[in-house]
Amino acid sequence: MQRILAGYVTAMCLLLMAPIVIVVILAFSGAGYLQFPPTALSLRWFARFLGDDQWRAALWYSLVIGAIACTIATTIGFFAAYALVRRPIAAKKLLLSLLLLPVIVPTVITAIAMYFLSARLGLVGNVLWIGCCHAVVALPVVLLILLATLQGVDVNLERAALSLGSSRLRLFLRVVVPLAAPGIISAALFAFLASFDELIISLFLTGIRAQTLPVRIWNSLHMQIEPTIAAVSAVLIGITGLVLLLDASLRRWRAARTGAGT
Amino acid sequence: MLMLPAFAMLAFVFVLPLAWFFTQALFAEGGIQQIASVIASRAVLQAILATNWISLLVTACVLLAGYPIAYYLANRRGLRFTLVVFCIIVPYFTSIIVRTYSWMVLLGRAGVINRLLQSAGLIEAPLPLLYNKLGIVIGMTYVLLPYMVLTLFATMKSIDRNLLLAASGLGAGGFAVFWRVYLPLSRHGILSGALIVFILSIGFFITPALMGGPSDVMVAMLIERSVEITLDWKSAAVMSLFLLAVTLVLYAVYYRITDLRRLMGA
Amino acid sequence: MNRAPLPAGRGALELSGLTKRYGNERVVDSVSAAIRPGEFFSLLGPSGSGKTTTLMMIAGFIAPDEGRITVDGADFTAVPPQRRGFGMVFQNYAIFPHLDVFENVAFPLRARRVAQPEIRRRVGEALELVRLERFARRTVRQLSGGQQQRVAIARAIVFQPAIVLMDEPLGALDKNLRYDMQVEIKDIQQRLGMTVIYVTHDQEEAMNMSDRIAIMSSGRVEQVGPPDLIYERPANAFVGRFLGEANLLEGSIEKVHEGEAELRTRDGLLLRGRIDGTAQPGQQAALFVRPEKLAGGAGDAAANRANGILRRRSFLGSVIRTTIDIGPTTQLTMDSPNSGHGLHLQPGAEIAVHWPVAHSILLTP
Repeated sequence: MQRILAGYVTAMCLLLMAPIVIVVILAFSGAGYLQFPPTALSLRWFARFLGDDQWRAALWYSLVIGAIACTIATTIGFFAAYALVRRPIAAKKLLLSLLLLPVIVPTVITAIAMYFLSARLGLVGNVLWIGCCHAVVALPVVLLILLATLQGVDVNLERAALSLGSSRLRLFLRVVVPLAAPGIISAALFAFLASFDELIISLFLTGIRAQTLPVRIWNSLHMQIEPTIAAVSAVLIGITGLVLLLDASLRRWRAARTGAGT
Repeated sequence: MLMLPAFAMLAFVFVLPLAWFFTQALFAEGGIQQIASVIASRAVLQAILATNWISLLVTACVLLAGYPIAYYLANRRGLRFTLVVFCIIVPYFTSIIVRTYSWMVLLGRAGVINRLLQSAGLIEAPLPLLYNKLGIVIGMTYVLLPYMVLTLFATMKSIDRNLLLAASGLGAGGFAVFWRVYLPLSRHGILSGALIVFILSIGFFITPALMGGPSDVMVAMLIERSVEITLDWKSAAVMSLFLLAVTLVLYAVYYRITDLRRLMGA
Repeated sequence: MNRAPLPAGRGALELSGLTKRYGNERVVDSVSAAIRPGEFFSLLGPSGSGKTTTLMMIAGFIAPDEGRITVDGADFTAVPPQRRGFGMVFQNYAIFPHLDVFENVAFPLRARRVAQPEIRRRVGEALELVRLERFARRTVRQLSGGQQQRVAIARAIVFQPAIVLMDEPLGALDKNLRYDMQVEIKDIQQRLGMTVIYVTHDQEEAMNMSDRIAIMSSGRVEQVGPPDLIYERPANAFVGRFLGEANLLEGSIEKVHEGEAELRTRDGLLLRGRIDGTAQPGQQAALFVRPEKLAGGAGDAAANRANGILRRRSFLGSVIRTTIDIGPTTQLTMDSPNSGHGLHLQPGAEIAVHWPVAHSILLTP
């Protein structure tokens, strides 16, 4: 029985990883069409990706919008998470469930509503505005990570700082933020990723001016499945991998910050 | 006070556009009479049926595929645990469009699977794996599997191992222990996992839009089409309101049965 | 530390009618106490007795629903914790894990914008006082529990607070280390002359260190006084039982005369004891006596006397504890020093015990 289970889980793991691994391999293919396993390896699709002005622009917009969304979401998410953890607030669960709504409401509806308003306000294609919209969708991720982080920060450390004469501002800057730093960075990374990977809202809001990578992939997929997309996908996967790697290395630091002294 | 920026953000960038969109589009010329005709239209009814059917199918697939994985994770530590978690987490955080594209590469007529099968001589004509319901279900199951596994894992991790030992100590066999003790104890996770997967399924757009066939239109796709192609904002608003209402009702149920502390400790 | 003791008269703390409610429950119920400058004052009670909540209100982390906190005549009830200027030591030390030992101790000085050379001098002195001068640049994780506690103490006293609050500071240490640290804390307190409010659930610890103890139970202060007084003359049965072993013989009062009364136990034994306050004949009461006040033998007529059957003998090291049945519903516990020449009776043997009336206290409910 145990052996069947282990076999099944192994098979599922392979199946889960297979599409991602295969796309990354195909991105390095030398052939002009999608052939697996590839007969020759080359970087030509990456070269085409980076050599194309439109793809490069898309990469740039993705990065900028991601940075904006991640800054906004992490900042306001930090304050909200701090209040949820430390303040005696009634109906905490209700408040949190409201803050999590953006991941529950079908993104198509959110995106159309945002587009409807943005079109009137002339904000379609406005990078800052798209960043704000992405921040709303990234907020739940930030909140969940920071709630866990701040719950791990011993409340007595904050009490100690206050009893030692520290002002509220000093408490935040010298105690809470440094202690929560690994979690804050983690939250920022995943907020960036949420925006960087977001498609539907971008689809409506970017217009033709500020197309992001997922939007470009979407548009190309309606035309043909060409290996350039494999290369772009590989880049996106690579960034995801990088974020996960950074997060994993932050975990030890996080444990050292919140686990010591107790 | 500290919550203010978050709620202001949510109000202006999320709630306000939704409210504005619904009031403007619904009460525009033509009045409310059209609402009934939109819901009653053949295309919408078909989409609702298809959405429900596909979502149920996907939820079932995800549950069946995910339960053993979660069970395995709940009972393992060390390297094997890390490896399996890695295989769940990497797809979970990979862009949905990339994951969908990957499956399109695998399942297409000239895709990896059909070519491998053909070159192995197992089939002569390529199998229709993409641009139909099968494609949608495969793609969506893949995208949603991590949600189920992580939810089930959280519940299973909290099951007291001593209860299982007690059950076998009282003479229950391996299967009875699972069926009479473990499964009921993990019921809560099954329920919340299934709910969250179903909630996400009914609003799904990217995967069905890319992997479905011409007849497999889900509600979210219909909404997008009425905006992008026919510029019929009113229909889009009616369908959106309907979809939103169903989603919120299900979310309310989810809210009732889910322990927030678990969510917060996630 | 070559520092002048605090100016006399600073560090008086008065609590009047402090009350905290959570829902309908009064977690702290009109607690009042006047703590003198330089006093070592303990709040002692079982868990859930409200002692930590009381301390948190003194520190300013919990706002009282009723009552006032006064420090040297000034009303502190609404002063935020960071402006109260109390030193504070926590049970789990609450050392900042992102700062080294030096920076932890320097934290209150930096918050007060003390100049760097002065910081260096005062942190050095504080670390010297807790014998950690060689550990200044260690991180917290390189320290043992006892060392971490010393850092917490150094940090709480480095800015020369007149009042230091300690919340079960030794709770996480093992027994031997705990005793050493008690001596050390007491020593520092006496050298610096500060007022200490000390929360603990450990009776021995409270008795060893305190000038006065407030015994708390279900949110109320049951009794305040010096350790010996509370031990010898508890105000009620709870205090008597909480602060060590106690015999409590229940019965009704027969006669009251000049601070003494006679009590008839339920088994009909007539005993005498001291009584504080008023009591009426016929009233229910309990006669309290510590086990170590009992002695074997008949005794003279001025003492309380009882005869019974030895039920159990327990060897507790320095003490031998004997349980004696003196009636169908009454037992006595007697502690005898393990001096090597005591009685060696076996269970079932007949035994006579007696004890002085001066050590018998009549407690009315």
